[in-house]
Order: sequence, then C-alpha cells, then structure tokens
Amino acid sequence: MNIHEYQAKEIFAKYGVPTPKGKVAFSVEEAVQNAKELGGKIWVVKAQIHAGGRGLGGGVKLAKSIDEVRELASEILGMTLVTHQTGPQGKLVQKIYIEEGADIADELYLGVVLDRAKEMPVIMASTEGGMEIEKVAAETPEKIIKVAVDPTIGFQGFHGRKLAFGLGLPKEQVGKFIKFAAALYRVYMENDASLIEINPLVKTGAGDFIALDGKMGFDDSALGRHPDIEAMRDISEEDPAEMEAGKYGLSYVKLDGNVGCMVNGAGLAMGTMDTINYVGGEPANFLDVGGTASAETVAKGFEIILRDPNVKSIFVNIFGGIVRCDRIANGILEATKLVDVHVPVIVRLDGTNAAEAAEILKNANISNVITASDLGDGAKKAVAAAKGE
Amino acid sequence: MSILVNKDTKVIVQGFTGKEGTFHAEQCLAYGTQIVGGVTPNKGGQTHLGKPVFNTVQEAIDATDATVSMIFVPPAFVGDAVMEAADAGIELAVIITEGAPVRDMMMAKAYAVKNGMKTIGPNCPGIITAEECKIGIMPGMVFKKGNVGLISKSGTLTYEGANQVCNVGYGITTAVGIGGDPIIGLSYIQLLKMFEEDPQTEAIVMIGEIGGDLEIQAATYIKENVTKPVVAFIAGQTAPKGKRMGHAGAIISGSAGTAAEKMEALEKAGVAVVKSPAEIGEKVKEVLSK
Repeated sequence: MNIHEYQAKEIFAKYGVPTPKGKVAFSVEEAVQNAKELGGKIWVVKAQIHAGGRGLGGGVKLAKSIDEVRELASEILGMTLVTHQTGPQGKLVQKIYIEEGADIADELYLGVVLDRAKEMPVIMASTEGGMEIEKVAAETPEKIIKVAVDPTIGFQGFHGRKLAFGLGLPKEQVGKFIKFAAALYRVYMENDASLIEINPLVKTGAGDFIALDGKMGFDDSALGRHPDIEAMRDISEEDPAEMEAGKYGLSYVKLDGNVGCMVNGAGLAMGTMDTINYVGGEPANFLDVGGTASAETVAKGFEIILRDPNVKSIFVNIFGGIVRCDRIANGILEATKLVDVHVPVIVRLDGTNAAEAAEILKNANISNVITASDLGDGAKKAVAAAKGE
Repeated sequence: MSILVNKDTKVIVQGFTGKEGTFHAEQCLAYGTQIVGGVTPNKGGQTHLGKPVFNTVQEAIDATDATVSMIFVPPAFVGDAVMEAADAGIELAVIITEGAPVRDMMMAKAYAVKNGMKTIGPNCPGIITAEECKIGIMPGMVFKKGNVGLISKSGTLTYEGANQVCNVGYGITTAVGIGGDPIIGLSYIQLLKMFEEDPQTEAIVMIGEIGGDLEIQAATYIKENVTKPVVAFIAGQTAPKGKRMGHAGAIISGSAGTAAEKMEALEKAGVAVVKSPAEIGEKVKEVLSK
C-alpha cells in the first residue's frame, strides 16, 4: 500500500524527521485558509497523487501571494495530472498540499528500501537530489551511497558516518545528517515500510536538513498491526477491479490483450499468460483464484474478467492438487449458471481426479465450454477462440 | 537418494491443532511422512491425530528427536515460531504460511542462519522426496520417484513441472518449493549444490519468476559449479512493470527483475530455458536422452 506525501510527512514528523510546515486541502477555499494559517510570503501548492514526477507534470507550483495560492489551487485541484508514473491517462487531483516555502541551498536524495539479496534494509543517499534516482543509478552509480543495516543490530553511528562522509558533507553538518538518517531508519522499521524516498532532501542556507518531499510504501502483510496506517488508505488511488477481486481472495491485474485467464496459483497464472503469448495471443489479465477455486470464487472471477470488453475468450487453467478437479469442474458449471458467460471458455483441469472432471464437463454439454488436454493445448484453443477461429 | 528429507526424517508440526495444520498433517501422515508430534501452546499433553502435542518446540524435540518442523502458525506468529525452532535446535524449518510480514522474516531468517537452522519458505508448498516424505501441501500423487530434482518459487508450477516430468517417463528425486516472498530461506544456489551432489539426481528443473535477482545469482553459480543439465522456466514474461503479481516478491521494480534478463543470464550459463511451462517435460526428456 502507498500513501500520499502529506501522510508520509505526518509520519516523519512523529519520528523527528524534519519537514516544512504544511496542510492538506480538498477545496480552493481550504487551500487559501491553510496558506493564511501557515503565514510567510511563499507557499508551495502540491498535487497529492500516488505518482512521482508531479513537478514536471505541472502539479507542483510556487505561489508568492495569497491570490496566487487561490489561482494555483483552482488550477491544480481537479486537473488530470500526467507524469511518467501515471501512464498516459493520468490521475485526477482531488487534494492538494499547501506548504511553506523552503530556503534551498542544496538538494540531496535519501531513501530506504529492502535489499532482497542482502535480506536487510538498505539506506541510499545521493548528492543528485531532485533527479530521478533510477536514472542516477543507471548513469552515475558512483553517486549513490548504499549502506545496508543489519536489522538485528539496528542503525549504528558508523552507518550514519558512511552516509554523511560519503556525501562529502562539511563536518558541522555530519551530526545533523546522521540524526536525520537514524530517524528515517526508525520510520522504516517501526512502520513496516517497504519503501521510503525523500527526493529532494533539502539542505537549507542555515545547514539544516528538511524532507521537502516524502514517499512511502508499506508491506501489505504487516498492515494488520498498523491500523493508523491502514486508515491512510486512499481507495480513489486503487484499481476498483483489483480491489473487488481482493475482497473475494482473488488476485487480479488487468492487461491489454483479449484472452482472459483464470488460474490457481500466482506462478502458474503468470506461466499461463506467458504461454498464451508464446502461442501467438495476448493475455487480458492475471488472475489467481487461490487454492480453493470454489463455485463462488470462479463465478466472481468470470464476472471480473468479463467486465473488460476486450475479452474474447477465457482460459480456465487449474492444476488441482489438494482440491480435487471434479469439485472444480462442478464449480465451473455452477459459475456459468450464476454469470452470463458469453465468450468461449476453454477449460484445462489436471491433477487429482482430472478424468472424472473431464467426464463431468463432457456430460454437461455446454456449447461454449471447450475442454483442453494440457496447458499448451488449452492456450492454443483459447487464442484461436479469441481470434474467432 | 534425495536431498534434505527422506523416509527416516522425523517431523513435528508447529500450529499442529489448527485447521490448516490438522488437514495437511493428516495428508502428510497418509503419504508416509514420519510426523512424530506437534506444538500448540497451551495444548501440551493432548493427543492429536494420534500424536503427542507439546507446549514448546524444545519439549517436542526432547521427547521425539525430531529434526524438522513444518510451520502452519498464522502469519503474525511465523517469525516467533521460526525463531523458537532455531533456538530449540531444529535443523530445517519448512514454513508454509502465507502473508508473514517481511520485517519478521528478516529477523527470523537472520536468527535461523546464526543458529545453523535451514529454512524453506515462507509462503511455499514445502518439500517432497518422492514416495518417501512429504512436508507441505503439495498433491503427493503427482510426484513419482525418479531422477529429476525440482526447485520452484511457485506452488502450482511445481506440480505442473513435476507432472510433466512424470508424464514423459521420468520422475522426481526431491522437489522444493522455495516460495515467492521477498525474503526466503533456502534458495536456488544452496539447492542446486545439493542436487549436484546427490547421486540419484541426473537433471534439475528450476522454475523462477519476476522480481529480485535470485535466478541471476543462480545462473552465475550454475555456470561455474553445476555439471548436470538444468532446465529452467521464468514466469512473468508478459507481466507489466511495477505491478505485484500475486506473490509478494513477484514485482518488476523499475527495470530490474524482468523475466527477460533472468532468461538471458540462464541461457548464457548453458541452461535449457523454455518459454512456456508447457514445454518443461519435453525439454527434460531432451536433455536426459542426450
């Protein structure tokens, strides 16, 4: 799960990670009110969406008067912001953050992410703040300092020194930076974050460090013990079909092709998509029905897949293990009664009681249900059906 | 021969009396696995599935000499359960539970390594030595005894792969589902080494997926250390970037962890890479009949 910048900064503040003062607004009037309350002479009006590159897309602007705050707020609120991370369709801006202007002397980058190879969090810092970090990593990797922190010992002074001296900070700023990084590590660990990025991390004229931006993602498996973070979920940022699928224990991702897929197990689901592609078709989705594949979940799966108007055929590929294929076959038949399945359905059931399952499907004699003998055969039949062959 | 477990392996179940633990322990017993007891706190002294229940792993080991633990406790308790097993001297913990927090696994794995305990999983189907010992949730009848070792991040692809290997006339020595989470226990390299050293194993099937770089590390290892033929499939060639595909770890981050880069690395290491899991069986037949 991801959260907005203003929410990340709320969390930062609790841990003593310095941020500029700011307030979220859902209307132009609220934005103006926030700017007045914050005081000062310069404000930044920032679109709150779950995507990077907001500045380049025109979603972050500087206001030098209250009137300008009003003007920019009405411009940004309700705009469809397109960045390199939103896709061409962009994202509707429904809230903005009004923040006091910062005195920027220098821009750095600081992030924390899981290093899967080392099996520990790694803190990354760079002097190239404000740039896309992936670009820096690709073009000038020597400008990124990486320090992995063994979670069993936690963040130590030496971790901080490696980062601070690596960045070439003057000695009077080293202590401040180490304190900043230590606090950020605590934010990461104590909240079960999967990612934190501060880009840019600003060094002010006075030599202080401030998180000018804030991006956070969380380990979904740990949200159960963080109700305060779960409460920050913005459902308008999530795909409605994926969310609905999740409610029924299904895992769904929409793709651009026309062969719908319903599979048990994430690996086999991806393998099924790959096979459809390999035999000359294009998968319309990823859908893992999980371990049980009951009539209800299969029906829900059909419903979600068929909401995509591109879908011209559906390939149901189940390897029955503990769950017996005959039960799944009955589930499929039941599901076709619950949902109007108007495209050809190619069914491949293998594993426990596969022969009985084939018999059940054959006897049911439903015109648009076609059986397949194995994965390759099923994929070919599904692709042919989608092409109207 | 086989790797890690065989007909003499003594196994306990952590989370023995729960719904999942009960169902799968029963299936494992039916397969012939020597499940000698289980652990459920506050239920020590009871008998479950005809086996003794203990309050702690230490008591279970003291009474049964078990060396392996199969873990079915709920996600929030997995870290604790793994560390308890490591502390008590279990040699191998097979963690089936899905949805354990990453931070917990980070800590538990570090502690397991420190105590010399191997782990498999979490979020995995387990390990099976064909016709001898099943520790996990896989359908036993798919795995006929034979000469092919199998390592897979995915459960159902493990079954698919094993089924095809058996359908073309070969069989399985041991199959290990290593799981698709960001932090896992035994991985390709350690298992490839074991299969390379196992006299019964003549070929190895390796099934990976998008996300992370374990398959790329494996490719480097294979090039230098593995003499037996390896057949590989990487799931997610058609997966979009930045989307989590079911498994917590199956995500292309930026441009890293794609199927294409993994397939290329494996091919360069001399591995027979198939583009569809439907071709695993035929490819195994091809490499074994050379």
